[in-house]
Amino acid sequence: MPTEVKVIVLRAAGTNCDYETCYAFRRAGAAVELVHVNQLIRGEKKLSSYQILAIPGGFTYGDDIEAGKVLANELKYKLNDQLQEFIQRGKLVIGICNGFQVLVKTGLLPAVTGAVDLQEATLSGNDSGKFEDRWVYLQPFNADKCVFTRRIKETIYLPVAHAEGKFVPRDQTILQKLKERGQIIFRYAGPNGNAGEYPWNPNGSVDGIAGICDPTGRVLGLMPHPERHIDPVQHPRWTREGLKVKSDGMLLFENAVKYIEEEYH
Amino acid sequence: MLWRVEISTKSGIPNASAGGIKKDIEDLGIRGVKELRLTQVYFIEGTLSEPQIVRICEKLLCDSITQEYAYRRETREGRGESRLETRESDWGADLHTIEVAYNPGVMDPVEESTKKGIRDMGIRGAESVKTARKYLIRGELSPQQIDTICEKLLLNKLIQHRVKEGEKISLPSAAYDFRLLYVDILDADQPGLERISRQRQLFLNLTEMLAIKDDFARLGRNPTDVELETLAQTWSEHCVHKTFRGLIEFQGEVIDNLMKSTIFRATEELNKPWCISVFKDNAGIISFDQDYSICFKVETHNHPSALEPYGGAGTGIGGVIRDPLGTGLGAKPILNTDIFCFGPPDYPHEKLPKGVLHPKRIMKGVVGGVRDYGNRMGIPTANGSIFFDEGYLANPLVYCGNVGLIPNWACQKRVNPDDFIVVVGGRTGRDGIHGATFSSGELTEESEEISGGAVQIGNPIMEKKMVDTLLQARDAKLYSAITDCGAGGLSSAVGEMGAETGATVDLEKVPLKYSGLGYTEIWISEAQERMVLSVPQKNLSQLLEVFTREDVEATVIGQFTSDKRLRLKYQGHTVADLDMEFLHHGLPRTKKKATWEKPSFPEPSFPDPEDLTPYLEKILSSWNVCSKEWVIRQYDHEVQGGSVLKPLVGVSADGPGDACIVRPRLSSYRGIIVSNGINPRYGLIDPYWMAASAIDEALRQIIAVGGNLNQVGLLDNFCWGNPEKPENLGALVRAAQACYQMATAYETPFISGKDSLNNEYSTGGRTISIPPTLLISAVAVIEDVKKAISMDVKEPGDLLYVVGTTRDEMGGSHYYLVRGWIGNQVPKVDPSQGKQLMENLSQATEFGLVRACHDCSEGGIGVACAEMAFAGDLGMEIELKSVPTDGPIERNDTLLFSESNSRFIVEVPLEYQDKFEQIMSGCPIGQIGKITNIKEFKVYGLEGNVVLSADIKELKQAWQSPLRW
Repeated sequence: MPTEVKVIVLRAAGTNCDYETCYAFRRAGAAVELVHVNQLIRGEKKLSSYQILAIPGGFTYGDDIEAGKVLANELKYKLNDQLQEFIQRGKLVIGICNGFQVLVKTGLLPAVTGAVDLQEATLSGNDSGKFEDRWVYLQPFNADKCVFTRRIKETIYLPVAHAEGKFVPRDQTILQKLKERGQIIFRYAGPNGNAGEYPWNPNGSVDGIAGICDPTGRVLGLMPHPERHIDPVQHPRWTREGLKVKSDGMLLFENAVKYIEEEYH
Repeated sequence: MLWRVEISTKSGIPNASAGGIKKDIEDLGIRGVKELRLTQVYFIEGTLSEPQIVRICEKLLCDSITQEYAYRRETREGRGESRLETRESDWGADLHTIEVAYNPGVMDPVEESTKKGIRDMGIRGAESVKTARKYLIRGELSPQQIDTICEKLLLNKLIQHRVKEGEKISLPSAAYDFRLLYVDILDADQPGLERISRQRQLFLNLTEMLAIKDDFARLGRNPTDVELETLAQTWSEHCVHKTFRGLIEFQGEVIDNLMKSTIFRATEELNKPWCISVFKDNAGIISFDQDYSICFKVETHNHPSALEPYGGAGTGIGGVIRDPLGTGLGAKPILNTDIFCFGPPDYPHEKLPKGVLHPKRIMKGVVGGVRDYGNRMGIPTANGSIFFDEGYLANPLVYCGNVGLIPNWACQKRVNPDDFIVVVGGRTGRDGIHGATFSSGELTEESEEISGGAVQIGNPIMEKKMVDTLLQARDAKLYSAITDCGAGGLSSAVGEMGAETGATVDLEKVPLKYSGLGYTEIWISEAQERMVLSVPQKNLSQLLEVFTREDVEATVIGQFTSDKRLRLKYQGHTVADLDMEFLHHGLPRTKKKATWEKPSFPEPSFPDPEDLTPYLEKILSSWNVCSKEWVIRQYDHEVQGGSVLKPLVGVSADGPGDACIVRPRLSSYRGIIVSNGINPRYGLIDPYWMAASAIDEALRQIIAVGGNLNQVGLLDNFCWGNPEKPENLGALVRAAQACYQMATAYETPFISGKDSLNNEYSTGGRTISIPPTLLISAVAVIEDVKKAISMDVKEPGDLLYVVGTTRDEMGGSHYYLVRGWIGNQVPKVDPSQGKQLMENLSQATEFGLVRACHDCSEGGIGVACAEMAFAGDLGMEIELKSVPTDGPIERNDTLLFSESNSRFIVEVPLEYQDKFEQIMSGCPIGQIGKITNIKEFKVYGLEGNVVLSADIKELKQAWQSPLRW
């Protein structure tokens, strides 16, 4: 009997996709703990007790100042050492939606230059000027580079729901490096997998970028919500197309849990 | 030291919000704007050095990729010690700067987050933060135009103001000096009592004022101001529904308590075992599964939304979430539903009544408020509806509903003497004073000025934190009762909770947002995001610990007692001492007159058109029928992962779904269906049939998605004009009577409800009343969501059926609406037939015989079929001669557009034809056509000729274009 894969789902004031994110990891076979950032800061819980860190969606601290900024700031100044150690030890981090915004604003993603405390990209306001909830096709690139997306070969289908999801790299050099190093994991696409305009690219992200990983492939951030497509009845067209055997979002959670099982046990 | 920081978007980076505002300015008819930029302003006060401010700018406030910053030291008089160089300086005379800040005392949540951010960086000494928004507009604009832009778009003077050059930056308000105030009513004559009621905005009538005078005469003293306020809050229409519970003379009979004799009576007679808690708590509860029950409540927030649409609607949602949260021991919010009634968005600005905001601004504000509050709370908004009519110009209706999931063990509450009274959540401020009494009166053109304080500003993250923490405390069983601080604030919450016991409150213990509040303000403030708990003494320290850990304030403010008195103290002085009995039962019952006469509208007379295509297109693009996608997509309708049937369905996820289905527990396929029915146009002809139709419609939507009638709970929400007018009250009685008849016939009990009367607006001696409006919301349990169906047609070759009888019932129809008529033949409901066919249809769906099903409502068969076709991206051929009727109908337009109730359009695979017809035997059904793969929508008339033919793309275009903003 292998020991359990332990997942920490980190929450703060305003986190709101915690329930379904916990559920997705549990369904993938992990033992999940929902932990308030205060508990880490007070030292009641330690990141080192877990192998996967998930920062779920929501509006942490109301997305005041900018989406994810206040939590990113808190992590950077209060938990930096623990986070760095967690990543250096080969563990996994996933940031979904608000979690992605947090990871980018802490500088943990994309981390292409290796510079300390440099924000290399941002997620800014959607080109449409408003919050939008819609399903999008994601074309995988370099999927094997990232632990969470290994074995994903085909376009997957997930919902986005955000107002600030437009991926903007600091400059062309960063974008170029992201491409060269295979850190772009998902691009928004049309139904046939081709690059798409709005609404296929729901926010106007540069180069259609929907998700990126760090150079190690163990830290992933994405705007779409894989935890909202882990059951066939969540698919928006299941009443037309029937219940599918596999739900696209589940792959990411299963990959992560499987990786830890293989690496650690 | 005071620092001013300005954050703006870098040159060359598009800013969609700025673009949106530019467009809104053009909508106002002001064309001179060449460019518009936005700047976020922070005022940071404290002992901060320049290097520290630079660090704060670079690392916290400014996103260096898309934004840039500027800062300067500023005096309190708003003058900079140096010039702030901005890119816009070279705009010269064309540059107009508008800076908008919150009024003193208005909550700005960004302040707290910013202070936290600075603290987290290890920088101490930032004592206070204020924010403002600066608009830089380039263009040739007159001062009047700038004023118009400010007034119509950029600010709401109730909460914001335009910062003037040299204006003092507001500081916390002054301290409060205690002085106990009495109101002299003992010496007041009748006009005097009325004057007191009016001047203090008590909205108490003379009879009520006299009852209070008598009671205090007996005590031999005058009431204190806070005692009078407490009575006014508790006795307000908003809190006790005195019209519904009073005596009503109607058609020679006296109705003793309309609520008990209609709505509640239906529930009592039906006596369903799955009704767990009805009409006694903040929300109704029905059972769900062996572990959980479902809580449902719909509220209105009309008056505040009329004055400040964004804040009003946001706090409407915030408030209704606290209803299930304050039911039993608290439910977890799992779904929001929002229904709005507005004036037409294209209404001419110049025709607006004085003091009224334009419907488009109201709508954008309301949608924005619901979006920002609901999304931030992480609650899916998956159901709703919008209705437009000129009757709502001055009185928009904002119905906000919330469904909660509650453990079966937590459905009841109990307040015990000696329990601590604990207030949790947000702090108390001056916001929302007099909301309960204000909403019990009519609006006037001065309402803005007089009742501005009644507008509340929401802070959803505070509420989210509070919910998260409360549910932990609930599961640890740390409190024995809970209620929300809604209308009437602490007065209402503590007054209600302690009604059977008594309570003593020390008002100075209530945590305040800023100093300067008097004891009365503390007691009646409707500041948001607060709940009141009854906490057994032994649990107190553990409870406080739970809240501290989550950064949510919890404060003991008093104790429940056993002497049935409500005692308020301030710094040791007794400021109120009221008998709970008088407070809750001393209200004299009203006796009101009600009349109703069936109005007579001109009956139209025009020939049956040869080509119905333009009329279908007109109905599809009428405000009520057209696509609401622009609204729906702004709501997160999938958070929590439970969404099974989304509000938009079909090939391109843009067809209008009937009801929504969600799974509250991701580990189970058991789900709930939520729907609504509303049709005020029928109420113009007869409120009885409006109510019956609304119930039928809400039930149809449940059946259409695959639900059944076995376990459906209904909610009533009456929004009416002044009930002192006998014709308004008569309409109310008729609607309530229909509620009783339909609920008993369909065996669907009411589980909760609410009324909002006095939706009127006075201007220039004229009173505008809303059309009587009843919203029916329904919640049903579906055992296996995998059997649900959607409304989009799916397979060419499948058969198309109409289920239900079509009658010549064009009164109040949308066909008449687009032709400028109302008519008289309002759609009626035959619930015995309706129930039979709904039950059979449920069974057919359960057996998998139905591929798509759509509720037939506004626009009749024509609209329902067209929507199914373009949602499924397939064509249809329809023969009107096959439509089942119960008498001869000789007009094609009547057959196609009549809005008779209890009808569905159903897609049935050819191979299931026999089985389907067998299950439906005994019910009126007609196979009216089939699905085709030619994308054409074709209708054959009674003579067999084509009466309507259109490309489904064109129909979809007509349907989508009006609200594609």
